[in-house]
Amino acid sequence: MRDKFTIKDLHFWYGEKEALKGISLAMKEKEVTALIGPSGCGKTTFLRCLNRMHDLYPGNRYEGEILLDGKNLLEKGLDLIKLRSRVGMVFQKPTPFPMSMYDNIAFGLKLMGVKSKSEITGRVEKALKDSALWDEIKDRLHEPALSLSGGQQQRLCIARAVAVEPDVILMDEPCSALDPVATAKIEDLMTDLKQNYTVVIVTHNMQQAARVSQYTGFFMLGEVIEFDTTEKIFTAPSNKLTEDYITGRFG
Amino acid sequence: MAENLKEKTGELDISSSGADGYVSLSARRQSSGKLGDAVFKGVAYGFAFSVILLMALLFIVLVKESWLSIKAFGFSFVYSSIWDPVAQEFGALPSIYGTIVSSIIAIVIAVPISLGIAIFLTEMAPKRLKGPIGTAIELLASIPSIIYGMWGLFVFAPFLSEYVEPFLIDYLGFIPLFTGAPLGIGMLPAGFILAIMIIPFISSVTRDIFQMVPSILKESGYGVGATKWEVIRKIVFPYARSGVIGAVILGLGRALGETMAVTFLIGNAQEIKLSLLDPATSISATLANEFTEAVEELYLSSLVELGLILFLITFVVLALAKLLIARFSYKGGKL
Repeated sequence: MRDKFTIKDLHFWYGEKEALKGISLAMKEKEVTALIGPSGCGKTTFLRCLNRMHDLYPGNRYEGEILLDGKNLLEKGLDLIKLRSRVGMVFQKPTPFPMSMYDNIAFGLKLMGVKSKSEITGRVEKALKDSALWDEIKDRLHEPALSLSGGQQQRLCIARAVAVEPDVILMDEPCSALDPVATAKIEDLMTDLKQNYTVVIVTHNMQQAARVSQYTGFFMLGEVIEFDTTEKIFTAPSNKLTEDYITGRFG
Repeated sequence: MAENLKEKTGELDISSSGADGYVSLSARRQSSGKLGDAVFKGVAYGFAFSVILLMALLFIVLVKESWLSIKAFGFSFVYSSIWDPVAQEFGALPSIYGTIVSSIIAIVIAVPISLGIAIFLTEMAPKRLKGPIGTAIELLASIPSIIYGMWGLFVFAPFLSEYVEPFLIDYLGFIPLFTGAPLGIGMLPAGFILAIMIIPFISSVTRDIFQMVPSILKESGYGVGATKWEVIRKIVFPYARSGVIGAVILGLGRALGETMAVTFLIGNAQEIKLSLLDPATSISATLANEFTEAVEELYLSSLVELGLILFLITFVVLALAKLLIARFSYKGGKL
């Protein structure tokens, strides 16, 4: 598999505070990469660099290179709207928009310029099937998205991200607000998504990282301590810190 | 376990000797806190119900004091447009009309401007502008209305009569709403000053509401490739809808009852004219102007009945607001 993302010496500042101190790693296409590490280690900050979500807030600054298929995302004048439709995102909590389930998914499609009603309906159905939600909600697509359970809402958000045909899906602790059953469903879903998408997931749950990912990066204090295949990280980490963290000695 | 926790006449039997020779703390805990609780509860209830009592008393007094006029004119008081203190004939229609029309003008002007200010402050303004503009708005909201009235009469009215109204007459004069003489006082100027007065209020309340939209909800919008405007229109507005409606209605409530600034600018003419440039009156302006002159009992009673009508209008508007908010609220889902 070729590299989807290549990050070279990435630094990031929240105002004066340096949150990422020279991150370099490469993420494979159509694999799940997990980012683990103690709270405040910079893994979420790093994830949000990948679709430049930090640009929404003033005072943030990047340095270094983030290459997506060889193109530097930190170039001046990059079209952020286009970038974010190629790099979708799912958040810690389900974030359904205040509208119907159908409209939640159609939202992105309409932004992309899909006009034909039949095309939208077809794509909504496909996205919901891809997110394993179709059978549960197909009879009530036009009810408010907020009437769904938390786990269903999160799968709806995944469907919404998938609907606009991104290359990459970023997930920021997508199961942290969900119960174990809903979590298991999302984890199954991640494995399915891997067929078509590159997935990057931030998680606090090391078992989750071990279950769903092929590659794992261990972050601490704004640096990557170790980045390798998940198998290697969890069975034979080469760094003492990584070993201490995954065996639960701190963090 | 059963020994320690068995109940004795409704009280827990607690071992009284603790560690280190002290009497255990749970045994020393006094139950006198219960009395404090009861007193506090009673007082809080009393204060809460005094609100309802006050409201009822106010209503009763208004009805009682206006009884003379209610008996004399009956329902025709509401739809008669003759207000003639000399002939002792009173009809409230010009005042009601003026109150409602000037408030509608104010809302039509103030709502888009206020929403624009609130959106600018929450979504666009750089940090160093947010503070000063926000504070300026709060200061504007706290200026006494008499000052707005004086400013309106001495500064705003001449400006309107010299520049704005001639323009309206020249270019929009074919609409009957904009005919007549450019006096600078009348329905439209009153609506303008009301708009100026409620803009700070509506914009500061809606700003607070927009600030409550969770940032990850907005980020989700940006995350599927939406622009700022699309996020504001499709996510922020729908999410904040019920709160914005509430803010607008509260602003309307203020406009309906506003007295001093309107009295200065509305022209105080007891007549109903189609043209917004003509002098008119409102309930509160009529009251402010005529209370001191009302020596006859029927005159005074009619003025009180005007007050009663204003009370009812405001009540209905606020009740409608509650209904609308319930109807449009963002259902369920904490973010």
